[in-house]
Amino acid sequence: MTPTPRPGDPTITPALVAEHGLTRDEYDRLVNMLGRTPTFTELGIVSALWSEHCSYKHSRPLLKKLPTTAPYVLQGPGENAGVISIGDGLAVAFKIESHNHPSAVEPYQGAATGVGGILRDVFTMGARPIAMLNSLRFGSLDNARVRYLVAGVVRGIGDYGNCMGVPTIAGDVMFDAAYEGNPLVNAMCVGILREDELIRAKAEGIGNSIMAVGARTGRDGIHGASFASEDLSHNSDAKRPRVQVGDPFTEKLLLEATLELIASGHCVAVQDMGAAGLTSSSAEMAERGDVGVTIDTLKVPVRESGMTPYEILLSESQERMLVVVIKGREEKVRAILAKWDLTAEVIGQVIAEPVYRVTEGKKVVAEFPGNRLVTDCPQYHPAAKESDAIVALRAQDVHAIPSLPLERNSAWTLRRLLESPTIASKRWLYRQYDSTVRTNTVLGPGSGDAAVLRIRGTKKGLALKTDCNGRYVYLDPRVGGRIAVAEAARNVACVGARPMAITNCLNFGNPTRPDIFFQFREALAGMGEACVALGTPVTGGNVSLYNESPIGAVYPTPTIGMVGLLEDVTNATGMTFREAEDEIILLGEPTDELGASEYLSWIHGVVAGAPPACDLKRERALIETLHESINKRLLHSAHDCSEGGFAVAIAECCIGDQLKMRGAMVDLTAWKAIPSRALLFGEAQGRAIVSTSDSAAVLAIAKKHGIPARMIGHVKPTGEGLVIGVSGHSMRAPLLDLSSAYHDAIPKAMQRAPAEEVSAELATGAPS
Amino acid sequence: MKVGIVTFPGSNCEGDAFHAVVDQLGEQAVMLWHKDHDLQGSDVVILPGGFAYGDYLRAGAIARFSPIMKEVAAHAAKGGVVLGICNGFQIACEAGLLPGALLRNDVGYRSMPVTIRVEHTNTTFTSVAKVGQCLTMPIAHGEGRYAASDDVLDQLESDGQVLFRYVNAAGETTVDANPNGAMRNIAGVCNAARNVIGLMPHPERAVDLLLGSIDGLVLFESLLVAAHA
Repeated sequence: MTPTPRPGDPTITPALVAEHGLTRDEYDRLVNMLGRTPTFTELGIVSALWSEHCSYKHSRPLLKKLPTTAPYVLQGPGENAGVISIGDGLAVAFKIESHNHPSAVEPYQGAATGVGGILRDVFTMGARPIAMLNSLRFGSLDNARVRYLVAGVVRGIGDYGNCMGVPTIAGDVMFDAAYEGNPLVNAMCVGILREDELIRAKAEGIGNSIMAVGARTGRDGIHGASFASEDLSHNSDAKRPRVQVGDPFTEKLLLEATLELIASGHCVAVQDMGAAGLTSSSAEMAERGDVGVTIDTLKVPVRESGMTPYEILLSESQERMLVVVIKGREEKVRAILAKWDLTAEVIGQVIAEPVYRVTEGKKVVAEFPGNRLVTDCPQYHPAAKESDAIVALRAQDVHAIPSLPLERNSAWTLRRLLESPTIASKRWLYRQYDSTVRTNTVLGPGSGDAAVLRIRGTKKGLALKTDCNGRYVYLDPRVGGRIAVAEAARNVACVGARPMAITNCLNFGNPTRPDIFFQFREALAGMGEACVALGTPVTGGNVSLYNESPIGAVYPTPTIGMVGLLEDVTNATGMTFREAEDEIILLGEPTDELGASEYLSWIHGVVAGAPPACDLKRERALIETLHESINKRLLHSAHDCSEGGFAVAIAECCIGDQLKMRGAMVDLTAWKAIPSRALLFGEAQGRAIVSTSDSAAVLAIAKKHGIPARMIGHVKPTGEGLVIGVSGHSMRAPLLDLSSAYHDAIPKAMQRAPAEEVSAELATGAPS
Repeated sequence: MKVGIVTFPGSNCEGDAFHAVVDQLGEQAVMLWHKDHDLQGSDVVILPGGFAYGDYLRAGAIARFSPIMKEVAAHAAKGGVVLGICNGFQIACEAGLLPGALLRNDVGYRSMPVTIRVEHTNTTFTSVAKVGQCLTMPIAHGEGRYAASDDVLDQLESDGQVLFRYVNAAGETTVDANPNGAMRNIAGVCNAARNVIGLMPHPERAVDLLLGSIDGLVLFESLLVAAHA
């Protein structure tokens, strides 16, 4: 059936096509597919589905190269969320997703709906959400607009997750001018399910009903997916209406109703109506099931009158699901939803005819042959070439940068680094997140290198962490990609878990720029290498491109969300020192590497040099060493060396727990050939600081796995402070001094100006 | 002892209360749906934490009209024990089962461990504890600032209805120890008949050493002792 244009529809002109973000070629492709001019409704549908956000048209060929399999992977990429088996008949569903652009213009709702969206991705798999994580990147806290964004984003994440009763237990937060105009807000959700309750989003069964479930459809968020697929500009604030509004209470009801519905066996598929709403959810379910569908927009429950099919199809109103219900069970589905005061309406059918058809009553308003709406989306293989400027930055000899006079006292440098918001305690943020609800949180935020949850009814635990140092990726995307995975794996190993699988959120700039696409290609290659070496397949994730503002692109930031498994959750190991006179061991070795460090960036304002090398074999051996030592209950604490290097890491072991601070005295003179600032603040990879009462046993395990290790000193009573001996002198710092720097930095910065006074204009500063 | 745990739309700590009662105390628990009219023979009713009705309008303001609340009020009137935790405390105040109100925190939402001091032990929820005993357990709320008129507060003090106060590590009621701006550092109260108890901190999150604190156990054990007395 050929659709007829609706009265009042605008005429299809080149300008209208351009406004919908379609290139000339893409439009020709559409006309060719249809064999005619599209209707306005059809143009809207294609604009959404072929947006970068929905189609992955620039990234798919490279994503296909990532390793995605392991015997325990039950569901890899391509579904609402990835799923792995953890034994005992249980499985874990998890996924990370970005909500960067909405958060840049409306931080509270942008972040809140990001949390809501990723929660739905997990419970549509039949999993009960048990944890939220978030990975955030902002500009400098010296900028008032940034403080406004931080305050809004954190409140949005908290309000949504808290109301859902899902603990927010881990994440990572960094601050750098590169994110000034375009913050990154990545939210990860982890859920648990019985393996036999896993459900997928694949439309099946000719004659089955398609039901819209949950909230009514309104005019909010129309073209959100397209907004996410363009650079941010000074005009972006005008697109604030494209940001959706969240209602966590409705989502909580939808969560309970959906899990009850899946358990009832009345439905065969469930799909979140997320980006591009009804259009995307229905087309993707049809494509996965290789069936036709028909949708009648007049049957969709709406909350405003006079909505056109175009608006109904493209609305991104939150807290809605699309469900394929076994024919004849519609009333039973309605009853389950009614129990939770929610509605469910039949809005279409699964049909044998290979077609994607939308009607308004009896009138056809859009029709696409077969699944070509999804499969005909173009794929691009853009040119890639590294920027000469970055090559030059990487080659810079950072050792030639003179130390500041104040640095003669290394304790001054350490204190300054602990004040860097990237390093400082994130308590100001996480005390706004309920981290203890559901009573499974064994290690919450700030307690260990990763969060640990127990799995009720088993002895097991899950270790969860997000990570990515975008500065490393910026200066060397291949190495930076490797490190992102390796550090996340190291973090879950430090709490005693075996790294299992990852989800990733690939935040990059505009892929049509060869220098950006080079970063994307190389970072993915590096990630892939690390995933293979560490045995952690990719089970899904999200690509967020066009993260650019008038000041330029963000650092390429492929955020890794890692899931690890503890066989015995009572082995969970924290990061802070516990017993005075415990022996302190450094696993791994310092090097003279100083490039791409937080030290250079924060103390000297320099972003240059090569990031530290990442030896994946050694990373694997370190993970084995940590795993074996912790499982033999030999370690009292374990903490990896990352931003700020050895000195910051050991300071965190001393002062991380403000109520139970411990001193330490260590001697690094064994490495006297290494310049002291590289020794103290360089970010050599593959290292962890552990404390034990049996150093001989730990050193033997390290030796067995081929990891260099050395007993460097002892944990001391609080009053003795932190003493680090380096060749020629000792660095001494009282703990209270370090603690106030570390714990007060972000609260002090956030107090500086009331966020509300800041204008909503996009910040424009000098490019970093 | 049979404990009835009410589930409102938006409750999210009902499972935690269930695990505390069943897994840690080894007692019987039954989930009560807010649209029901029957407490199913519960000896103790728990109004759990969460965001009943999304906390729309005011925390607890809509939940008090749920059908089950009539039965809960009748149970309380007959001397039955009702325990309101966090959102449950807010609901009990809105329903008039407890004096006072819980306002928005002066500092925004707070999730952190706090220390509370037991002020009186002559209730079924504190009988096993000691006066002055300090208990550490989590809070997680945005509207927990206890407030009432000076007259009401004075009367609560003189009648011994202030059961818990926020204190520092030394057991003192300081401004710094008060996480939400509650008047007179009040963390929990009971009614005049001493059978309805409400508190903002979460004792059901402090019953398992693996999670850091078992200080909540003494309160649940008090319920148990009362039930078997």
